Amino acid sequence: MSQYLDFEKPIAELHNKISELREYSTDNVDFTSEIQKFEKKAERLKKEIYSNLTRWQRTQLARHAERPYTLDYIERIFTDWFEIHGDRNYRDDPALVCGFARIDGQPCCVIGHQKGRNTKEKVHRNFGMPNPEGYRKALRVMQLAEQFRLPIFTFVDTPGAFPGIGAEERGQAEAIARNLREMATLTVPVIVTVTGEGGSGGALAIAVGNRVLMMQYSVYAVISPEGCAAILWNDGSKGPQAAEALKLTAQDVDSLKTVIDDIVPEPSGGAHQNPIEAAATLKQYLLKHLNELLEYSPEGLVEQRYQRFRAMTEIEED
Amino acid sequence: MVWFRKKKSLTASVEKKNVQVPEGVWTKCKNCQEIIYCKEIERNFNVCPKCDYHFRIGARERIDLIIDAGTFVEMDAKMRSVDFLDFKDSKKYKERIKAAVKKAGDGDAVICGEGQLDGLPVVVAVFDFSFMGGSMGSVVGEKITRAIEKGLETQAPVLIFSSSGGARMQESILSLMQMAKTSAALARLKAAGIPFISVLTDPTTGGVTASFAMLGDLNIAEPRALIGFAGPRVIEQTIRQTLPEGFQRSEYLLEHGMVDMIVKRQEMKKSLSQILRIFTRS
Ligand SMILES: [Zn+2]
Repeated sequence: MSQYLDFEKPIAELHNKISELREYSTDNVDFTSEIQKFEKKAERLKKEIYSNLTRWQRTQLARHAERPYTLDYIERIFTDWFEIHGDRNYRDDPALVCGFARIDGQPCCVIGHQKGRNTKEKVHRNFGMPNPEGYRKALRVMQLAEQFRLPIFTFVDTPGAFPGIGAEERGQAEAIARNLREMATLTVPVIVTVTGEGGSGGALAIAVGNRVLMMQYSVYAVISPEGCAAILWNDGSKGPQAAEALKLTAQDVDSLKTVIDDIVPEPSGGAHQNPIEAAATLKQYLLKHLNELLEYSPEGLVEQRYQRFRAMTEIEED
Repeated sequence: MVWFRKKKSLTASVEKKNVQVPEGVWTKCKNCQEIIYCKEIERNFNVCPKCDYHFRIGARERIDLIIDAGTFVEMDAKMRSVDFLDFKDSKKYKERIKAAVKKAGDGDAVICGEGQLDGLPVVVAVFDFSFMGGSMGSVVGEKITRAIEKGLETQAPVLIFSSSGGARMQESILSLMQMAKTSAALARLKAAGIPFISVLTDPTTGGVTASFAMLGDLNIAEPRALIGFAGPRVIEQTIRQTLPEGFQRSEYLLEHGMVDMIVKRQEMKKSLSQILRIFTRS
């Protein structure tokens, strides 16, 4: 059963018609040509709708309930995956998964935010919002990767770091800040992909990479549109306006100072329409960037990453 | 200099007593509600002499309190923010910048420079909360980064006095990137063995706390300052619980191990001097 967003409804209607026709088809009644006609129409409609999405609609697509999550990509891109747990201080954080695997035979480290599909899973994963122990686990695992000279792939998909009492008491800000500083010093390649929602510091805490990619329908911003609307418009329901103002789509971000290196194209209608194809495309991009980065010396990687972020400045002087 | 104005409620209470007071001479403490002579507060480092409440102060006042007179040399004073996203909410960002610069007389929410603290050369960056809530966009991130780089170049300890609501929404993704940029620069300072002291003043939240402000070799807080990642309102709305007494205040952070010490404003210069002399073995 598929879930459709409001702007996908016309496509959904066509799909329903097509499946009805298929159902009514018998040996005597042949709807093949009608079905083909509707399929063509659906394809056309899809192209039209998806090439004219507003920023708010793209935000909804980035949060789509059926969008592939980190573990879905891991399953389709990597082999030999094993997850490891815990920050060695407080607990394991299921909102951030960490482990090791191989990509095309090459041993590597994989880290990513993880959301849940059903209510129970969503609660277990805390809607993809890590606590400080999640970030501390990620740092521990990244430093392990460095110890064993393994490249690191991170997958970003979070509304943000969790705003809770415990999170504050255990130093959410300190955990994020430390990751930013320590990721800057890693002597192995770090390749970041924003797969869904790139929400603020909670996203950036695993996104200080030599390369940063964004999936075509992902978003990346300093604050969620709703949060921004609540502060600047004094009205959390003004998310659509805030999304426009924040310029948060992959195309928007790409037009700014080298914040990202590539936009990874998604299957027509978004990654959830064809997760296998989405993962296969992403894998090609990851390998391309990995191969480029394997040419760097350890010091070269630190320097390249530093200069990448050092250049992110838009100011006027004199 | 009348930089602190009396509140409406004060006017009412004063009228009741039928006392004539010129504007800005007396004020009411937000904390203990006492009516106090402004000059007395000013003389006391802008701290309430009755209850020790630390009033927010501007960047220039802070520099005067910390840096030896006549030694401060400002850096990057002419740097200005740019509205590269054409950001508009109820007002255009372009106009917000213009209005803030006009009101503050300074270019942005942080002032940086070199100077001496009890004769010891330091690089100092001081936030001004009155400039767009001390928010960090490209200019703030760049000034902080250059201040850290100046410390690297001259081997001088770096001091940052934060007071900020966090990243500046009007510069969206690029303000987020300032968190990574400033933190990466601190990694280099740390590797070079140069001290960085972060002083957290009221309020320090969001992207500033979640980057350089929490990365001090020492984190020092002024008494009762609000310090946190998420703002208290956001937390309350998310978890639908009332927050514990004193939550996200300096004393609470000290108890939870997030800051090294709480230092009163009157003692700040003396403490910094003592710490820096030990860290630089001078
Ligand atoms: Zn008082």
